[in-house]
Amino acid sequence: MEFGLSEEQESLRDTLTKFLADHAGLPRARRFADGGEIRAQDLWKGLAEIGVPGLVIAEQHGGVGLTMLDAATVAQTLGHAIAPAPYIATAVMVPRAIARAGTAQQQSEWLPRLAAGEIVAGAAVSEAASGAREGAKVTARGGKLHGKTLFVVDYEADLYLVADDQRRLYLVDAAAKGLARKALSTIDATRRVGELSFDGVTAQLLPGSEDGAALADILDVGRVLLAADTLGAAQNMLDQAVAYSLTRVQFGRPIGSFQAVKHMCAEMAAGIEPCQSLVWYAAYAIDATSDEARVTACHAKAHVAEVGKFVAKTSTEVHGGMGFTDLVGLHYWFKRIGLNRQLLGSPERLRDEAARLQALIA
Amino acid sequence: MDLTYGAEYETFRNEVRTFIESHRNQAPDGQGMRAEKTRAWQKMLIERGYTARTIPREYGGHGGEMDILKSRIIAEEFAQAQVPGGLGGQGISMLVPTLLEMGTEEQKRQFIAPTLRGEMIWCQGYSEPNAGSDLASLRTNAVLDGDDWVVNGQKIWTSTAQYADWIFCLVRTEPNAPKHQGISFLLFSMKTPGIEVRPLKTMTGDATFNEVFFTNVRVPKGQIVGRRGEGWLVANSILRHERSSLGDPNIMLTRLNALTELMKTETVDGSRLIDNPVYRERLMKIQGEVTAMRLNDLRLLSAKLNNKNANLAGMIVKLKGTELRHDLEGLGVDVLGEIGALYGETPYLKDNGQFQYHYMFYLGLIIGGGTSQIQKNIISERGLGMPKEPKMSKEA
Repeated sequence: MEFGLSEEQESLRDTLTKFLADHAGLPRARRFADGGEIRAQDLWKGLAEIGVPGLVIAEQHGGVGLTMLDAATVAQTLGHAIAPAPYIATAVMVPRAIARAGTAQQQSEWLPRLAAGEIVAGAAVSEAASGAREGAKVTARGGKLHGKTLFVVDYEADLYLVADDQRRLYLVDAAAKGLARKALSTIDATRRVGELSFDGVTAQLLPGSEDGAALADILDVGRVLLAADTLGAAQNMLDQAVAYSLTRVQFGRPIGSFQAVKHMCAEMAAGIEPCQSLVWYAAYAIDATSDEARVTACHAKAHVAEVGKFVAKTSTEVHGGMGFTDLVGLHYWFKRIGLNRQLLGSPERLRDEAARLQALIA
Repeated sequence: MDLTYGAEYETFRNEVRTFIESHRNQAPDGQGMRAEKTRAWQKMLIERGYTARTIPREYGGHGGEMDILKSRIIAEEFAQAQVPGGLGGQGISMLVPTLLEMGTEEQKRQFIAPTLRGEMIWCQGYSEPNAGSDLASLRTNAVLDGDDWVVNGQKIWTSTAQYADWIFCLVRTEPNAPKHQGISFLLFSMKTPGIEVRPLKTMTGDATFNEVFFTNVRVPKGQIVGRRGEGWLVANSILRHERSSLGDPNIMLTRLNALTELMKTETVDGSRLIDNPVYRERLMKIQGEVTAMRLNDLRLLSAKLNNKNANLAGMIVKLKGTELRHDLEGLGVDVLGEIGALYGETPYLKDNGQFQYHYMFYLGLIIGGGTSQIQKNIISERGLGMPKEPKMSKEA
């Protein structure tokens, strides 16, 4: 019996943390946010050397063949360091969908390139996850896609996984004829989101996705990874708040010696601690194909989003006026948590889904 | 990640399950701690090693090896079968571990066995009207007179004092020492002359607590645990046992299931409560939080087994667990509308009024056993390394 990370998983986390200390964090996120780069190439190259793009891809396709718990650990570490890098779609959701629902040929065509980090893949599944807005809808007619999809995750990509209105999944080359791409500017400048419009675009159907189960699976996965990313970011915000409170002196005392401030920090810690167990278990439940996996993924995303929101606000308040400035840069974490909350299902929507999955309502 | 207990433990689980099924007719069913049936059941559980497992045989325990998973399996199986496990109470859960750690050989032999058998029921004399969160400022004093301590003062929040045989009590014996070093830990019979117990009725309507008054109560000198002035150390070792048991997320799951069932069956204007999207949203929010706390509990079990550090995960249990339970019971009250305000002997009461009762009772537990605010001090100071509040007074 061991609930938590194995030694190998802790070592993966530590390796990545060490790498990100030099290649991510505030200065790198700020430089990326200030524009000019499609991708933070140095960061991406380093992540590829560690094996991040191929983390869950089978070894026969050039990947590392690890589990969702490993994938969640990586997401948590990336969120902690506000790493300006694609991850949840390109490294996990898309390869998982191809491995599960793609033909042998599709697998050998795409998985090795994804595993090596040669190409990046985005996931266009927002309408299935959060509902359709602004006339977004993708339909397939005669093997070609029409319509549009919003809020594509890992948007700056070479390949897209697209869900149509029948919950089937397709692969679309970013250079395909008839595909129009438009970046959407969000609060979070560390990751890219955008929309795709299709005017009779040639697409490869993943044949195993007809029953909608592959889409459901990658939504679970994406949600757990977003929860993990938020958890990492929230932990960092708590650590920053405590550290700041010990150095900032007012009324002749470090503000961290005032109960009002201590209790804010204690409340953050009390919120965060159970989230670690929730994220671990939600990831493990997907690996174990547990009956609880779907409901737990909803709860993990929803609950961690609530805790993340509280921590983002409270940590900023502990920093006082400085927390509100661009100079301190705390807002990069605040905004990362903020975007995660909205992506792939807001808390209210996920709790509604959790109730439906348990047949509590029709 | 490995959530299996292993084959050896599954065999053990089957043994426990078989025992419960074949003996459940002998289990007490609300007859009280002093009933013959209760004591016979306790005796059998000790012999089997299903309670008092690791307490040495010479003190009346089972004398088994410490095995965290076996203890967990026993607790799980008795809870699952809804059959009472071994006796609890402050004597067994708090005093016995303390005596094992700090008592003299004679004290262990005198007190542990009858306590385990259920023949010696204890109450805890800690809090005072002017010593709550600041427990170390307690004033009940004991002065040595010949071979006796003479105790004077008052305790409050003393649960079970109305039927306890003995009390373990914190008293000030060194009035001139710094406050934490002036306290001693005494044991004495509640039948000693000079003790008066007055019931203290709470907002639930029950008198689960008491006030206890001491007037020249004479306690033999040897009935002290630890040395003079060491009572605070002794007390702290017990408080650790208490805090970890408040806010148990596994009991919370039983209540969550009861609430879900209520919302699926109760109707308003012909619609089930759960079909109201606002109520359902609140239920799902609580379900997510209960899930997180249950998994946190699993992490703590695993950390204990594998000697990993999960200090913060443990420190937050009392704070989060009691607040969450209060919210859960409060939702039960809210969804019932006017029926949620019914209380006592009345028609239309649902679930025996459990939501109303626990909503109030858990407010008591948010405060008792170290208030939520004290918990936050502990989390921030011991968990996050933040400084203590500077002392206002000169006393240390």
